[in-house]
Amino acid sequence: MASSPPTATRPLLELEQLKMHFPITRGLLHRVVGHVKAVDGVDLTVHSGETLALVGESGCGKTTLGRCVVRIYQPTGGAIRYRDEDGSFADLTVLQGASLRPYRRAVRMIFQDPYASLNPRKTVLQIVGESLRRHDNIGGVELEQRVAELLRRVGLRPEYIRRYPHAFSGGERQRIGVARALALHPRLVIADEAVSALDVSVQAQILNLLQELQAEFDLTYLFVAHDLSVVDYISDRVAVMYVGKLVEVGSRARVFAMPKHPYTEALLSAVPKPDPRLRSAGARVRLSGDVADPANPPTGCYFHPRCRYAQDRCAVEAPPLRELGDGHRVACHFAEELELAGVAGA
Amino acid sequence: MTRSQAEEAHFVASQWQLIWRKFRRHRLARLGAAVIATFVVLAVFAEFWSPYDIYERHTDLVHLPPQRVRLLHAGKLHRPFVYGVTSERSTTTFFLEFSEDRSQRYPVRFFVQGADYKVLGLFPSDIHFFGVDEPGVIHLLGTESIGRDVLSRILYATRVSLSVGLVGIAISFILGCLLGGVSGYFGGAPDMIIQRIIEFLQNIPQIPLWMALSAALPPVWPIIQVYFGITIILSIFGWTGLARVVRGKLLATREEDYVLAAKIAGSGESRIMVRHLLPSFTSYLIVSITLAIPQMILGETALSFLGIGMRPPAVSWGVLLQQAQNIRSVTLYPWLIIPALLVILTVLAFNFLGDGLRDAADPYK
Repeated sequence: MASSPPTATRPLLELEQLKMHFPITRGLLHRVVGHVKAVDGVDLTVHSGETLALVGESGCGKTTLGRCVVRIYQPTGGAIRYRDEDGSFADLTVLQGASLRPYRRAVRMIFQDPYASLNPRKTVLQIVGESLRRHDNIGGVELEQRVAELLRRVGLRPEYIRRYPHAFSGGERQRIGVARALALHPRLVIADEAVSALDVSVQAQILNLLQELQAEFDLTYLFVAHDLSVVDYISDRVAVMYVGKLVEVGSRARVFAMPKHPYTEALLSAVPKPDPRLRSAGARVRLSGDVADPANPPTGCYFHPRCRYAQDRCAVEAPPLRELGDGHRVACHFAEELELAGVAGA
Repeated sequence: MTRSQAEEAHFVASQWQLIWRKFRRHRLARLGAAVIATFVVLAVFAEFWSPYDIYERHTDLVHLPPQRVRLLHAGKLHRPFVYGVTSERSTTTFFLEFSEDRSQRYPVRFFVQGADYKVLGLFPSDIHFFGVDEPGVIHLLGTESIGRDVLSRILYATRVSLSVGLVGIAISFILGCLLGGVSGYFGGAPDMIIQRIIEFLQNIPQIPLWMALSAALPPVWPIIQVYFGITIILSIFGWTGLARVVRGKLLATREEDYVLAAKIAGSGESRIMVRHLLPSFTSYLIVSITLAIPQMILGETALSFLGIGMRPPAVSWGVLLQQAQNIRSVTLYPWLIIPALLVILTVLAFNFLGDGLRDAADPYK
């Protein structure tokens, strides 16, 4: 493990050098001609009871990372260490089949698109009840009662149990998705852009619901997001990803107020400011170009072609993720020297 | 039903209920379905509907034009009847010429006894839907070159031609699901091989290959063996389209979020396959099948018409149409091309039905 932040809480999940490389094949024989390094050596700790937001542009690997943790993908390298309730650690990357089952129960996921994530051909009872049926082996009236209770808990009327997803609005559908994730009383929930497909007013409702549920069931969230106002609202800590690597990790307050990585600064400057008087303050940092191609990343620091503070050294030497103190880690050669603008009042 | 009740009914409606509701609104498709259902009933009980055995020859009534069913005799209304027919060879053209013998009336009777047959090949019976008393004859669609009843032959032929389509599609369906499923599910090398085979097959001109394969069927084979030989030949092309549908839908749905969610919920691969993937494209499969059946029927008709499919004494639409291959037959005996109208009607009916099903197939769009 790289330097673990000194926090009072215990870690629930430790990612160590996690790698997810997708092969690129070409030609008749499917020769492997390269790899898309979607997640490329991520060290990250998720503490019990916290909300850790994983942010970055589209294509930076944050969704892939979430999917590795729930083991939809089999990571190609590194370890995912999950702490059981008895304190022992299990490496989720090596578990298969039956030995993975207990963790399927404990680590659940909320999906981004409430339309694609609910099978339109199944009733709410079948959707929410599927995991209960698989894991707890219950059915009939007992299953109906459990599902009805879950629906009530996420703010839906239990009478809707026999309806199909087409009966619900986006926000209601996302509540069904939340109920599905909570069915087995998980400890860790991966929320993959859980609110980004919703209207702003509905976003707030779902975020509040997630916070209530966190308090009630002692949940830990890994909140994958690209909307920094949402991140500001819900998270305790923030991890910034760029082209498969972490560039900055720290408490929300520190990262928002004093970003140490130029990429974080650029992301923060894109957050809309509700107060018009603040809009002229702090110049908008516009990033030129697109996210680097994870199949063919630049040399040195992956961010240097778009970085306005880049120097010769950045093109040659890849900066390691290093501790700046107080759990604030950053991957930039000049983290100490740069004067970067954060978001006031964060 | 109040509005909220109607809404609630919509909210709890399953996929098939939604599809049915949408399908019901498609008039042409309903018409197509009705036509096909009629044909199926006619074909299954062909012996019952047909007044004569298909091999029964009326040697003095060769190329008899369709007889008219009449209601009026000598200015008075009667129950439906046909006049007797007399034939005479013309001394100038040497054709048989027919005239109605108005002195003889034969009322059309229903549920009459006639030639023996077995219902569904199981239960012996000799009841026919309609007929006339001996020595009268009733040939509503006339007779052909050796005096056999055209209507009876068409009814029997409907059975063969329709079932070639259905059996052929059944074989295609099994092959298509199996190979398309393997292709989409496993991907990689099996996918590559199967897709190249499909492309290869689709690149060969159909009729020449069919001709070559049919020519390879031994002429000594009995009818039933030839029949299955032809269906298999037709299926060789039929499965490729279905396999593509299955593969495409598998690839598309396998990555759907709800499938990932089922995986996280602890459902195994086979359960996901049967409960999540399959239901998501069964309706598309039904559409493809419906639209592929007319291709099979047309294929069989074409082969038999060319004399390399079903062969007499078997009857199919194509076999019957062999008698209408030259302009002389068509001008002198136009009733011999009635099977062509049935082919057109059937193909249209299947296409309308397929259209309606396609519009209804995905109620979640």
